Amino acid sequence: MFKTLLARVRQGYRTAAFPAQFPVMPALFRGRPEFDHETDRAAFAHGAELCPTGALDVSDTGPQIDLGRCIFCADCVAAFPEGAITFTRDWRLASSRRDGLVIGNSERPQIEAVHRELRRLLGRSLRLRQVSAGGCNGCEVEANALGNVVFDASRFGIEFVASPRHADGILVTGPVTANMREALLLTYQAVAEPRLVIAAGACAISGGLYRGHDEVCDGVEELLPVDLYVPGCPPHPYTILDGLLRLLGRS
Amino acid sequence: MAFATTRNAVPLPIAAVPVLEIDAFRRAVLARINDDGRLLLLIGFPQEGDRVRLLAAIADGARGEIQLCSALVAGAYPALTPDCPAAHHFEREIREQYGIEPHGHPWLKPVRFPPGGPTIGDAEFFSVAGHEVHEVAVGPVHAGVIEPGHFRFNCHGEQVIHLEISLGYQHRGIERALRGGPDKRSLQFAETIAGDTTAGHATAYCQLVEALAGVTCSPSANALRAAAIELERIANHIGDLGALAGDVGFLPAAAYCGRLRGDVLNLTAELCGSRLGRGWVRPGGVSGDIDTEMRGQLRGRLAVAERDMRNAVDLLWKSSSTRARFENTAVLTREAAADLGAVGPAARASGIDRDTRRDFPAALYRDRRPAIAVGENGDVFARAMQRWREIENSVAFLMRVLDDPGDGPALSPVGPLAPGALALSLVEGWRGEIVHLAVTDAAGRFAHYKIVDPSFRNWFALGFAMRGQPILDFPLCNKSFNLSYCGHDL
Repeated sequence: MFKTLLARVRQGYRTAAFPAQFPVMPALFRGRPEFDHETDRAAFAHGAELCPTGALDVSDTGPQIDLGRCIFCADCVAAFPEGAITFTRDWRLASSRRDGLVIGNSERPQIEAVHRELRRLLGRSLRLRQVSAGGCNGCEVEANALGNVVFDASRFGIEFVASPRHADGILVTGPVTANMREALLLTYQAVAEPRLVIAAGACAISGGLYRGHDEVCDGVEELLPVDLYVPGCPPHPYTILDGLLRLLGRS
Repeated sequence: MAFATTRNAVPLPIAAVPVLEIDAFRRAVLARINDDGRLLLLIGFPQEGDRVRLLAAIADGARGEIQLCSALVAGAYPALTPDCPAAHHFEREIREQYGIEPHGHPWLKPVRFPPGGPTIGDAEFFSVAGHEVHEVAVGPVHAGVIEPGHFRFNCHGEQVIHLEISLGYQHRGIERALRGGPDKRSLQFAETIAGDTTAGHATAYCQLVEALAGVTCSPSANALRAAAIELERIANHIGDLGALAGDVGFLPAAAYCGRLRGDVLNLTAELCGSRLGRGWVRPGGVSGDIDTEMRGQLRGRLAVAERDMRNAVDLLWKSSSTRARFENTAVLTREAAADLGAVGPAARASGIDRDTRRDFPAALYRDRRPAIAVGENGDVFARAMQRWREIENSVAFLMRVLDDPGDGPALSPVGPLAPGALALSLVEGWRGEIVHLAVTDAAGRFAHYKIVDPSFRNWFALGFAMRGQPILDFPLCNKSFNLSYCGHDL
């Protein structure tokens, strides 16, 4: 008992001051991409061919990246003139609109908080049932990290619960494999209305790397109405937490 | 010669692999298995018509050699499983992929339920009949933030008589998509075979591509790859020790270990930008060098993390209530682990001295490697202690690597792959032996690509360890193995 208390002192208080204080991401962190508008547009022409997920598009108005498809591999950076594309350290990437994830200039994805009536119903609590619907377990690793003492999502009333009956919504990860489609839909139906759907990670948003495979449904978009899209491969825990707090109108 | 011999990451012409009659193939493989060889893999390749070429690889850990032989079959063949239990999952896979029946296989069931086959969940589960025998079905959606899988427990009261594990929910077609590569998605597919083993699988892929392209990475690139793999091992092991503490309700250690896992992931992010090591290991080497100042910082942070890990884990070993739950729980006997072909910490905790880093070192661990810990009892305690001893060894190894990572460029250019060649790439990931195998066509593209995640071998061992255990110990037992669903399902 004494040793346990001593260890408590030694391990220290570790919970981050977020959101009062924003985290500083590592120097090499790959967050929201930006384009240099001085770069000749023709230089981006072969972009679509080299992007592994087809996230990069060169439209009439200039190059665009769909964060819902981007896996932040940054393979595009080296292929273009220096500085043409930069992955900034901006980790606030979530959007409440799918088209809000397609960014060209320096715009940021926006989140519109859920309406007042739902906020009143939720109070200070948000209980989510996580559904892992295919994928690589990377998004699950980062969603799980929300429960550790550093991110400690439970201090905001955000918790993952065991039963969809106890949940206010679902947080889906993975491209929704054909083999998980039914289980996902049944879980969604088991959540009482009103219910939220959060798509976390490139796979859940668009199918990600597996888009177009016979074995997957290309994400949740065609299956369920989505309230929040959290880009990343996987998204950083802060990206998920920030998205959830802004969705609740709390940050 | 019944076998062609190769080593980890050494290619050979596909034509050099002997093609035997099926009976001779069986005899040759079983003779090697009975003579200290280990079934590394047994897979099939489609050939013209409806024939399938079976390929067996035997691992000879003492010599660091891999022996290969093959046989052409059509329709059916006499199964190896009755004489070599480690073949059981491979033969199920061959049947699912090519419709070839391994006659005499005792447990022919789907592995991944790919499109065009039976509907997932619509399977004939093993059933036990008798007074007061009941079934508990769990999943695919589990109670926590966990990957999907279906578990069917046959219980007598609280006691588990048999646990059947039915997977395939994560099947997303990786092997099929790798054919025709390498291309712009190949590395990313390798990285996402199992997201918690990004460095392990990415290294297995890169090592394979480099072997087929005849590229040698610089010593510093190899050192940084080893660092990526060992950091991954530490992060996952400490995270699992925390989860084990959580499963027995010992929350202080659970909280500290959870935080420490994040600290190690953050170290990885300092080195490559991603907590899971995405984009770090690349064909030809690693994404970047680390300078002397950064190395010093990392050593400091790692030393602090190790001190805190030791402090947190000591709580576990010294808490009698925790030990009471861990000790003699879910024993995987040495014999069962050997028969089933178990790998990784789960096998070593049962006393099997098997580690790719020592037995099949490629350039990665040839000159220096972590000490290899081997346990004894095969219970939850042994698997937990095994994790801790591996953390200690990996930290000591990382300190040496950061002291002197060696010279050379981070990336070496990688050219086209040799045509008509076969190569195997073995890496000791944190769950155990990762095997990637590729066969190239006449143009040097992947004609076949096979991935064997350590979980593919170990899931059945988990079911085995649960026999006779109270069902309430399942979460604990499960976490002590912590196997990958996505690595199995591909």
